[in-house]
Amino acid sequence: MSEQIKNFLYLNRRAPYGTIYAWESLEVVLIGAAFDQKVSLAFLDDGVFQIVKGQDTSGVEMKNFSPTYSALGDYDVNQLYVEQESLEERGLTIDDLMHLTWEDEDEDWAEKDSIRVVSRAELASIIEQQDIVFSF
Amino acid sequence: MKFAIQVNEGPYQHQAADSAYLFTRAALEKGHEIFRVFFYHDGVGNGTRLTTPPQDDRHIVNRWADLAEKHGLDLVLCVAAAQRRGLVDDGEAERNGKDATNIHPKFRISGLGQLIEAAVQSDRLVVFGD
Repeated sequence: MSEQIKNFLYLNRRAPYGTIYAWESLEVVLIGAAFDQKVSLAFLDDGVFQIVKGQDTSGVEMKNFSPTYSALGDYDVNQLYVEQESLEERGLTIDDLMHLTWEDEDEDWAEKDSIRVVSRAELASIIEQQDIVFSF
Repeated sequence: MKFAIQVNEGPYQHQAADSAYLFTRAALEKGHEIFRVFFYHDGVGNGTRLTTPPQDDRHIVNRWADLAEKHGLDLVLCVAAAQRRGLVDDGEAERNGKDATNIHPKFRISGLGQLIEAAVQSDRLVVFGD
């Protein structure tokens, strides 16, 4: 769709249901996946709650959109960084997160983990490598 | 330099709507190019022609429209965000069976692909929001 390939990073910093930012960020990611750009997502601050497993929104009468994250691998969105410090500050570990995977067609569709836990310092250098940073 | 601008907050509620305008105007005055201004989240509220602020206040919608008139700016409201928040043009009214429109004629409604394209085509994407 376009001749240029840029590094896109989506920074997800907010809890999933307090505001609409998380959901509408995911909508940009899904549409953007059609553009053949190099895409990664980062979850930090309260954004780590977006990919916590076992979400139940029935009490707040909002759509539980968390299953959509499981589809990201099918859109070739498979670089999901989660900030270690943000998890720790909220008493979370990677075991509290959804198991998000993708299938690597270069390795006979082997299933691989999409999530990589990185330190705050590592995330800073990941941000620095990007051409485009969306912050939601 | 070629800029893409993203506005994530509504008018009057949040200074991001003002800062985006002031940045865009300043960039144009310095001779830079604005590839597109894309309004997302509550930012789509910057594009309704029905806005009526008190007379002694700035008119945020008309201010964008005047800048667009002068510089040929492309002002785009995200369709999904607009549908949720009741921003309607002729096409949307027709498609969704609405009895009115409220978009300002200097704005248009289009898809999120326009945001991605703007980011790809510009030297810098500048996001205004929280």
